[in-house]
Amino acid sequence: MIKLNANLNPYEPHEAIIIERIQEGPDLFTLRLQFTDPEIQGAYTFEPGQFNMLYLYGVGEIAISIVSDPECGQVIDHTIRIVGRVTRGMANLKTGDRIGLRGPYGRGWPMLESKQKDIVVVTGGLGCAPVVSVINYIELRREEFGNLNIVQGVKHSSDFIWKHRYDKWRKLPDTKVLLAADVGEALWPWHVGPVTSLFDQLVFDRDNVVVMMCGPEGMMRVVCDHMLDNSVDASQLFLSMERNMQCAIGHCGHCQYGSKFICKDGPVFSFDKVRYLFETKGF
Amino acid sequence: MESKEYYFQTDQLQGLLNILRAAGYSCIGPQVRDGAVIYNEISSVEQLPQGINDKQQPGNYSLSNSSSSKYFDWANGPQAIKPLLFAPKEKLWSSTLTSDGELSFKKAEEEIKKLAVIGARACDIAALKIHDQHFLQQQFVDPYYKVRRENLLIIAVNCSQPAETCFCHSTGDGPFVDDGFDISLTELQNGFIVNAQTEQGEKIIAELPLYECSKDHLAESELIEAAALKQKRQLPQFDIKSRLFNQLNNESWHTIAAECLSCGNCTSVCPTCFCHSENDVPELDGQSSVHYREWDSCFSQAHSYIHGITIRSQTSQRYRQWLTHKFSTWHEQYGRSGCVGCGRCITWCPVGIDVTESLTHFVERRRD
Repeated sequence: MIKLNANLNPYEPHEAIIIERIQEGPDLFTLRLQFTDPEIQGAYTFEPGQFNMLYLYGVGEIAISIVSDPECGQVIDHTIRIVGRVTRGMANLKTGDRIGLRGPYGRGWPMLESKQKDIVVVTGGLGCAPVVSVINYIELRREEFGNLNIVQGVKHSSDFIWKHRYDKWRKLPDTKVLLAADVGEALWPWHVGPVTSLFDQLVFDRDNVVVMMCGPEGMMRVVCDHMLDNSVDASQLFLSMERNMQCAIGHCGHCQYGSKFICKDGPVFSFDKVRYLFETKGF
Repeated sequence: MESKEYYFQTDQLQGLLNILRAAGYSCIGPQVRDGAVIYNEISSVEQLPQGINDKQQPGNYSLSNSSSSKYFDWANGPQAIKPLLFAPKEKLWSSTLTSDGELSFKKAEEEIKKLAVIGARACDIAALKIHDQHFLQQQFVDPYYKVRRENLLIIAVNCSQPAETCFCHSTGDGPFVDDGFDISLTELQNGFIVNAQTEQGEKIIAELPLYECSKDHLAESELIEAAALKQKRQLPQFDIKSRLFNQLNNESWHTIAAECLSCGNCTSVCPTCFCHSENDVPELDGQSSVHYREWDSCFSQAHSYIHGITIRSQTSQRYRQWLTHKFSTWHEQYGRSGCVGCGRCITWCPVGIDVTESLTHFVERRRD
């Protein structure tokens, strides 16, 4: 939260400049942003798993998670997939262009509570920016955590991006990187099948592990079931949830998930907090 | 503040309006428009719905003339306080993009008027307290709501004639107000019992020719409250809060949804519904863009849209979202149910779905 002035309007963005635009894949790009007001940039701090509201002039706002490291104070990275009106417009922006930015919002991953524990990071779908920040965080502080397991599942092998990052992570000490595609093409060197079929290769102590996941809810549910079957406590399973968000400050009502406002009570929840709804579609 | 009840005669009601206006308030009061009691600016008691009764039933609202000379002898209209503080549509801010690419933001400027709302009901004040919690007492304070709230004076009028759709007695919110107002009135045959609860309210009524309440006045007031307590509808007597969440897959959600049009009338008239959308509208000159917010409804398809998926594509899911939020998850958010018993969602539902009846679907089925 920017703590410059208590009377600051929480609805109103601030100008930010695109320091760099990185094309990550055919419809995936990263915007490296900086507030143009040095005072705002200087006061800005965040935790992995939190998100910002990005505003494209004349189009609107979207919630995007932060992928850069909290200690890299001068820039704020957001990896964005083209899916709708705002993201399609943002894809056309160039280095030096200005956008609106406000945040950070929500509660992120339990990084401090996870120190000295084994970590299992499970992502499904494409890229999955919310957990990339976790992996980057651990990479920079590798000795503070136990075994690191990175499991990435994609529907189709052609959906796999950021290969170089996975190659780099594979070389970290005590780190396992497991990749699976539901449908594998020729030359897909990794596993074909659901991510859970890789789980017997994970290296962790069930009494001292934190599982962090994001991706389709169906996938997260399968992962939770598997971990619970393996006696991992529900309070050690963390999910990053997504719902429509318009205000990001707990007012507009769109992101409500049962009694929770995902924008301020989440987006990261331990499974025991959301379990009562997770089995039911439509919340 | 220790408050005391006084009495003033009906012919002094205009005096009250004059005092409020002299104190810098615009008076917002009930009046008849398009066949309903609505709240709008008034300057004269002539504009009040004198001798008007409302008849409310599921899917039905009508006004009729009565032989009474009372001004507040009706239950409620489709809206009351909510739109005065949480505007149906408003500008939040605007952005300007200069030719050299600089982007700036400006909060929408609004002339804030001091408003005195006359005729707020107990249900409306209960709902106002919930909105105060939602917009002012959480992590983030809504500056748009806050400035209007600080400039609002509330003159409550106790109900005398419940509509058939009213059930505030069973939610514990009415029909008489206990607190949350500046001034409260109880309309008797020839005058009003008046009670100020705040310093501002005290100042206003001090300018009226006040009398001590007689025993007869108090007896008449008691009869009015007794009449207002006779409400046809009530919430079913079971633990609604936990029962709903134990029956998320109950077939009744589909039974209700078969009638529901998913039109969002219930959420529009509900004094506690707070959902709103934000939209950016570029100005025609291309130099700036205005960011609006507008009431939204969990009955709309867009409400649960996220990157290509509509989480609640079916009406049964939307009705379940609304009902479980209002009567169950609301407790965890704001320490009480989100229903104040005003009955508006029943009256203004075009197909007459009755929320008190919907809830009875979820009474545990007993085997006798």
